[in-house]
Amino acid sequence: MKGLEEHSGVYLHRQSEDVAVRLTVSQQAPVSKPEGRTKCTLIPGDGVGPELVYSVQEAAGVPVDFETFFFSEVHHTMSAPLEDVAKSITTNGICLKGILATPDYSHSGELASLNMKLRRALDLYANVVHVKSLPGVRSRHQNVDCVIIREQTEGEYSALEHETIKGVVECLKIVTKVKSERIAKFAFDYATRNNRKKVTAVHKANIMKLGDGLFLRSCQEMAKLYPKIQFETMIVDNCTMQMVSDPCQFDVMVTPNLYGNIVDNLASGLVGGAGVVAGASYSADCVVFEPV
Amino acid sequence: MAVRLMRRVVSTGAPLARFYSSEVRKVTIIPGDGIGPEISAAVQKIFAAAKVPIEWESVDVTPVRGPDGQFGIPQAAIDSVNKNKVGLKGPLMTPVGKGHRSLNLALRKELNLYANVRPCRSLEGYETLYENVDVVTIRENTEGEYSGIEHEIVDGVVQSIKLITEEASRRVAEFAFMYTKENGRHKVTAVHKANIMRMSDGLFLHCCREAAEKHPDVKFEEKYLDTVCLNMVQDPNQYDVLVMPNLYGDILSDMCAGLVGGLGLTPSGNIGLNGALFESVHGTAPDIAGQDKANPTALLLSGVMMLRHMNLNDYAERIQQACFDTIKEAKYRTGDLGGSAKCSEFTDEICRKVQGG
Repeated sequence: MKGLEEHSGVYLHRQSEDVAVRLTVSQQAPVSKPEGRTKCTLIPGDGVGPELVYSVQEAAGVPVDFETFFFSEVHHTMSAPLEDVAKSITTNGICLKGILATPDYSHSGELASLNMKLRRALDLYANVVHVKSLPGVRSRHQNVDCVIIREQTEGEYSALEHETIKGVVECLKIVTKVKSERIAKFAFDYATRNNRKKVTAVHKANIMKLGDGLFLRSCQEMAKLYPKIQFETMIVDNCTMQMVSDPCQFDVMVTPNLYGNIVDNLASGLVGGAGVVAGASYSADCVVFEPV
Repeated sequence: MAVRLMRRVVSTGAPLARFYSSEVRKVTIIPGDGIGPEISAAVQKIFAAAKVPIEWESVDVTPVRGPDGQFGIPQAAIDSVNKNKVGLKGPLMTPVGKGHRSLNLALRKELNLYANVRPCRSLEGYETLYENVDVVTIRENTEGEYSGIEHEIVDGVVQSIKLITEEASRRVAEFAFMYTKENGRHKVTAVHKANIMRMSDGLFLHCCREAAEKHPDVKFEEKYLDTVCLNMVQDPNQYDVLVMPNLYGDILSDMCAGLVGGLGLTPSGNIGLNGALFESVHGTAPDIAGQDKANPTALLLSGVMMLRHMNLNDYAERIQQACFDTIKEAKYRTGDLGGSAKCSEFTDEICRKVQGG
């Protein structure tokens, strides 16, 4: 119990820090907002989401006005419509979001989860998770400091599935050149802006030669445009193995959707769990801050 | 030189073995490339020392041109595995460039190898960041993301198909529960992503639930892949046997191997309808090949799995104990475990222990 409190304490601190960082950025920009107050969309989320998000609201004491939406797939009857939430985020350009629970079966029989729909509606294509060892949080691994950049609008999460004949299900994984190049560029830009040295592309192109092959090639092409950033590639299974034995070798990692989800969580586990790791999802013009 | 050494062991080991038991069983051995021949020879030596009633049939799998003009695995090799139903395989060099069917694929088809079993266990005395890891990953091995069905629909858009069938999912789920019972384990965790892939992983999960109902004495739980990854690196002790579709199994089995010290220490077995193939899953390590430096542990433990599969449990237990004790004592450790012993010294020590016990 004590551990949990500690965790959420750090977690809140991290979250508010993120908001603060973002606020400084937006204050520097020439925006026509009176008294430097920023409007931010707030989605408390499910489970522990609301308590965490509300304490962030109180604890922060920053000049932010929250526009709160109840948004949930579990309590879908009470949920605000996706259009309203998306509109608010587009207008504000910034959102703080708790965890949305995703049940295995949707009430409407749809394949896409609410999270996926929101990402698609806003085109939140890049998920950035910064995993860093925190002083005071005890864990086996020390000095972990890596950033995982995950494509999150296509790949395995395309929600295209069908039962061809009874007992045989096909699930489509879609990889496109445009989106692969976009995420690769985002990763290299991120590395450049944040003084990072290396980008590692995580893939499984030895098996999925076309799909992951396309992703890999896009990253390799992009790497040529950023000669100052070191570039390497790694097969996802080897990557997870390296991650548990020597996580310090990683700097910025760029991954397709599912592998990113795996590496995110794995890396979070290394530094103390999902409760202490902050994440953000970027589109071309808005950003949603959310825990992993 | 290593190849010659291996041949000597094969030629002397086999005829001797006949005298030990009336029911000697033939087993195909594919020594493999790089360090493969050395570690295969080591395993054969240890098995001989333990008087395991096995006759080895060594086959060469260098690709040859077949009657259809295509390069492929020699038919003799496939016939041997097919006849003996049990095989042990060292690491093989992945052929660069395509042109011939890979051995793994050929054997997987021939024997219908549907489940890959990878036990990961902390070795006493060899410390990693994780203690007391003892998990088994069971991976569906015939379909899923590895179906190989991909196409470029329009320029710049690729579609890869992940195929999940009820038949294959049910088969691997049933196997996982049987394995759990036979090996005195208690819990099966189905690893899935049914919240995202609701139909395909949903089907897999459904089959696991059905199997769980048939085996009420085994504890069953369902976990998301990402949750398992997170928990595994924090507290691996909460897991026992894990069953999952192809790709997740590939990733998790390597990750678990990472927890206990890498692929050089973890055995692997492929179970099929028409036979079983046990192998070490590490690389061929061409840089130390032929120098008597390699660590045969992964292949040896794969051999131990094989003995259990053949119901030669006493031999399995004795060899495994000797191997664990040798590593624990730290007197004869190979370079990868921070020691300076040669492969042959490590092997001889295990032989001594096997004979003494």
